[in-house]
Amino acid sequence: MKRFALAAALVVLATVPLWVGSTYYVNIASQILFYAVFALAVNVLAGYAGLVSLGHAGLFGIAAYAAAKIMTSGHGHLAVAAGALAVTLAAAAVFAVLALRGTGLGFVMITVALGQIVWGVAYRWISLTNGDNGITISGRPSPFGLSLASPRGFYWATLAVFLLAVASMAVFVASPFGASVRGTRDQPRRMNALGYHVWMIRFLAFVLSGFWTGVAGLLYLYYNQFVSPQAVTLTASAEALLMVISGGTATLLGPITGAALVVVMKNVASAYIERWNFVLGAIFVAIVVFMPEGLVPGVARLVRRSPLR
Amino acid sequence: MRITRRSFLAGTAAVAATLPFPAIAQNKPVKIGLLTVKTGPLAAGGIQMEQGTIRFMKDRNYTLAGRKVELIVADTGGNPAGTKTKTQELVERDGVDMIFGPLAAFELLAISDYTAQAKTPVLSLAAAEDMTQRRPNPYFIRASATSSQNMHPLADYAAKELKYKRVMTLADDFAFGHEQMAGFGRVFEDGGGRIAKKLWPPLVTPDYTPYIAQITGVDAVVQGFASSNPLKFMKQYRDAGLKLPVLGGGTAADDALLKSYGDEAVGMISCSFYTADLDTPSNKRLVDGMVKDYGNIPGLYAAGLYINGIVAEGALEKTGGKTDDREAFNKALRSVSLTDTPRGPLSFDHLGNVVGSFYIRRTERKGDKLVNTTIKTYPKVSQFWTYDEKWFLSQAVYSRDFPPLKS
Repeated sequence: MKRFALAAALVVLATVPLWVGSTYYVNIASQILFYAVFALAVNVLAGYAGLVSLGHAGLFGIAAYAAAKIMTSGHGHLAVAAGALAVTLAAAAVFAVLALRGTGLGFVMITVALGQIVWGVAYRWISLTNGDNGITISGRPSPFGLSLASPRGFYWATLAVFLLAVASMAVFVASPFGASVRGTRDQPRRMNALGYHVWMIRFLAFVLSGFWTGVAGLLYLYYNQFVSPQAVTLTASAEALLMVISGGTATLLGPITGAALVVVMKNVASAYIERWNFVLGAIFVAIVVFMPEGLVPGVARLVRRSPLR
Repeated sequence: MRITRRSFLAGTAAVAATLPFPAIAQNKPVKIGLLTVKTGPLAAGGIQMEQGTIRFMKDRNYTLAGRKVELIVADTGGNPAGTKTKTQELVERDGVDMIFGPLAAFELLAISDYTAQAKTPVLSLAAAEDMTQRRPNPYFIRASATSSQNMHPLADYAAKELKYKRVMTLADDFAFGHEQMAGFGRVFEDGGGRIAKKLWPPLVTPDYTPYIAQITGVDAVVQGFASSNPLKFMKQYRDAGLKLPVLGGGTAADDALLKSYGDEAVGMISCSFYTADLDTPSNKRLVDGMVKDYGNIPGLYAAGLYINGIVAEGALEKTGGKTDDREAFNKALRSVSLTDTPRGPLSFDHLGNVVGSFYIRRTERKGDKLVNTTIKTYPKVSQFWTYDEKWFLSQAVYSRDFPPLKS
């Protein structure tokens, strides 16, 4: 049953550009996918490691800016992707070393500060980042002969990356490492007493989260072909966290659902409802009131308790 | 009354049903997409943009050059990624023939390449200099002003007529502020004046006192704030007891902002591409309509969009209402030359930027209201002011540190 559902979902996802009609909706689907990768990355920390980060838009932006800088200096797309991810990994490691000096509120505040530093650099170091005018890049790559310039091509490439991200998350969750990350969330002192290096486990979780955040940032840059300080604001970090929390922390489907909810509300619903911010807020409040564990676990609970079963 | 996209379509349909169309009318409406900001900190200007557009469409009964118009309003939320998505929505899903807006420079820069590829003309107020200078987009037309286009005449007036020798500048610390003050500085210093100091308060600052405290030893103060910041600055400036004259750009003493000012604004000298007291038939219609519908005189956001509407109408008349050949329509837009608009006569240079009148105004109290009274008109001002275009473009773009101060 589960396998069948998975296969059906794959078929539906792979054929999206063939049945949604307008390329506009294909582009929306691409956005959902790369924001889902971002949300999955935030979920590694917020969900499994119990470390709430409000600075991940900083890492997301570092990837996008690094890629834009490497590209505008005339390098090929392979160098762009490799360079941007290397820079993001290094930044994530630095972020982790600084932020992991605290847990709980301390961790949150340090990540806020780090994110704001990235924003400050993006906004004020004009010779490097072109300030609030941002950096424009031209062209998307064509890996293996598939041109990403068209909305369909870009969607399929994003889908491939997205599936890779989901698979890596599934492996991570099932692995002993995933179990030890959850252990440091629930019982850090006991984990320590058992001989686990709690700090190192958290550090590695942070770096894993940073890696996929970087991948999402790279996709964001290729999608928009533009990056500006707006991409690294505190609001952007909070939005990623909201995706995770509304969908359901420490689940695989939750962040994906949350990303879809936010992207659809922001882009599609806002064309019909002027006060879409209000509606989005109301939806979040409703989720917190009726399904505090998030949409995906909440719906699963309702289905389980349903008398129809 | 708030007009949503749905009531719009309904309204357009109702108008369409009641009006007889000339024989040349194509049955397909011209689709105009308006990218504006209706949520977030930029919403004040964005909502005025929408009001100006609607005012224009009402004045024309939603019919331009014999074709009915369908207006589709999209809220970008004031961020580049949102603007990109909304632009794709307008171009790919709704198939618009042209786009009015967006509001902010960073929004425009995010969609510039895309709209050029999609061959969709963009008529925007966004003032980013390089959009019509070193990085021009063939499908971009600006009927308002570059950031510095207001400031060049203001600096000329300050140096030659007011005979100020030393001034200090204060502006928001972002590209629009930088470009304004760089333009002011170049013309003012070339006119024999000196800039004593440039101060850059952050865009979001509750308190200007530390900056106001540094003002000393100058003849006047030039402020380049935008949005609601001019109000905060002027209030704190007068509260600090300073009496020095204040000069400002288009956003500093915008006509729509006057109702929110108190006596602190009296005496301010500003320069703008639009002034509500201009005596032309189209401006009178705009001002009366805005006062009737929205209870306030129009400022540069509403007027700018109204003017965009007139430019689009001029181009449609040239092509006989046709928009199918985008290149021809785009060419028609750029060759528009008008004598009666709410900002006076205007035409475009080969980069798509306006050549038009700029007005030096003094803010005065008339009865219980503040008004801007025009004291001098600079006709046919180009974005290059009196400089040679080649020389101007060979220089770096205006920024926080360029051109450097002479003193």
